[in-house]
Amino acid sequence: MKADVAVGQYCEGSSFLHKLNPKWKILFAIFYITVIFFAKNIFAFALLILSAVLLIAMSGINVKVLLRGLRPIVLIIAFTAVINIFWLRGDTEIFHLGFIHIYLEGVINALLIVLRVVMLVLGTSIILTYTTTPIALTDGIEQLLAPLAKIKVPVHEFSMMMTIALRFIPTLVEETDKIMSAQKARGSDFSTGSLVKRAKALIPVLVPLFISAFRRAGDLATAMECRCYRGGEGRTRMNVLHSTWRDPVMLLMLCVLLTLIILLNKYAPGYRLSM
Amino acid sequence: MAEIEVKDITYVYGKGAPYEIKALDGVSLTFPHGQVTGLIGHTGSGKSTLVQMLNGLIKPDSGEILLDGKSIWEDPKKIRDVRFKVGLVMQYPEYQLFDETVAADIAFGPKNMGMSPEEIKEAVEKAAHFAGLSSDLLEKSPFDLSGGQKRRAALAGVMAMSPSVLVLDEPAAGLDPGGRKDILDGIKKYQRESGTTVVIVSHSMEDMATYCDGIAVMAKGKVVMRGTPPQVFSRSEELTKTGLDVPQITKVALSLRECGIDIGKDIYTVKFAAERLLSGGAPYES
Repeated sequence: MKADVAVGQYCEGSSFLHKLNPKWKILFAIFYITVIFFAKNIFAFALLILSAVLLIAMSGINVKVLLRGLRPIVLIIAFTAVINIFWLRGDTEIFHLGFIHIYLEGVINALLIVLRVVMLVLGTSIILTYTTTPIALTDGIEQLLAPLAKIKVPVHEFSMMMTIALRFIPTLVEETDKIMSAQKARGSDFSTGSLVKRAKALIPVLVPLFISAFRRAGDLATAMECRCYRGGEGRTRMNVLHSTWRDPVMLLMLCVLLTLIILLNKYAPGYRLSM
Repeated sequence: MAEIEVKDITYVYGKGAPYEIKALDGVSLTFPHGQVTGLIGHTGSGKSTLVQMLNGLIKPDSGEILLDGKSIWEDPKKIRDVRFKVGLVMQYPEYQLFDETVAADIAFGPKNMGMSPEEIKEAVEKAAHFAGLSSDLLEKSPFDLSGGQKRRAALAGVMAMSPSVLVLDEPAAGLDPGGRKDILDGIKKYQRESGTTVVIVSHSMEDMATYCDGIAVMAKGKVVMRGTPPQVFSRSEELTKTGLDVPQITKVALSLRECGIDIGKDIYTVKFAAERLLSGGAPYES
């Protein structure tokens, strides 16, 4: 179970990407996603792949770890690929069996769509989750949304709730694991039987889990109050987010990438992605 | 009555990942039937992983676990039956309580086993008795009990399944001395009257010295010592080297020895030390 949670987890490091300001990083990730959606033909996609390789190199993250992170989306990838291959009609038929027609265009389209999905996951996880701690991320969101506080949106409270929620995910997973093991030891069976039976088998897990979550929440609230927490007003930070020369450089690189992709879309020959 | 044996077991956490940890490395051990065996070791020595293998919660990467000479993974579909034969009380078991009343919670295991209502009632009463839960507590909500009572209720939940091997992972952790004694006395009494094979994991040397017939010491995923309490505790220098402590009274005896008063290296309970001192001290030679 622990291995499953490792998906999208932070990788320690001090690379160029690690040192970017999380506030801008969120915008960079959105920018990169936009760029990915702009790419329309094979040459543009080739450039995208190049940019992903560059990103990986800049992040210093082990490629193995990145590939492992893609595992959960394998099903989505396979699904999109199949749909594109079988449903898309084109001019060059390459395979025909009964009512099944497969066209070259369909295959290329499937390939590009799959690439797009992989790039989306890879790009955002490299820029955001792998190189930013969850805490820094919520700090970034808080700063990004800070102007909304003027119109009475409780930005700080939301970001605090998010920080706490993120902090407790591994704890709760570990706890679920432990309780499940304990109930299995008493003969609980989670993997066989009808759906109703399996759902019922979860009651002995969920009750203790909720009780301990409430207990933890109470303990945490007490601990925070003991240290005089009283919301965001007048609160200063221990780690102030700084912007360095790296942030404008990153922005510049993304702008160059966008320009090149638009140019390639327009002037490069070859198949153009539909959909 | 049952004997459980592990043969050359290895287990690796996070296989292939950069944070790969070898939890168990060729562990072979026998837990003789009708005996209380203590498993001691530092945090991360692999003892909790090992006990979770005894009832099939974790499957070893290699090696075998034999219950009465038969591998428990022979038929993976029947692993649930193994879990009824080998009862495991996990660390801090009070967090597994969930039902409306203590009695209903204790009955959870027996119910899963398919016992009849009469059998369940009897099993619950017997288990509550061994765990030291008075009958008025049985009708309460488990969440209204004190910490020590919750622990005992959880223990009763496993005892009620009358397993032939009872495995306890740190049953007394986090309890005050009175609570520790209550729970360990209850286990010992249960063991004596039912003849169950018991495995206790702990890092309290005092408790181990008092309650165990045999002790296995683990360090870094390996068994480094195996023997009776006097045999193990007479090797206190080695124990200290593996990062473990020895009972305080053993330290006293060792200090006395340095001062020239030799009452033996095998002192591990206060009672025993007193007897040895009173009888004039005939050192045990190992």
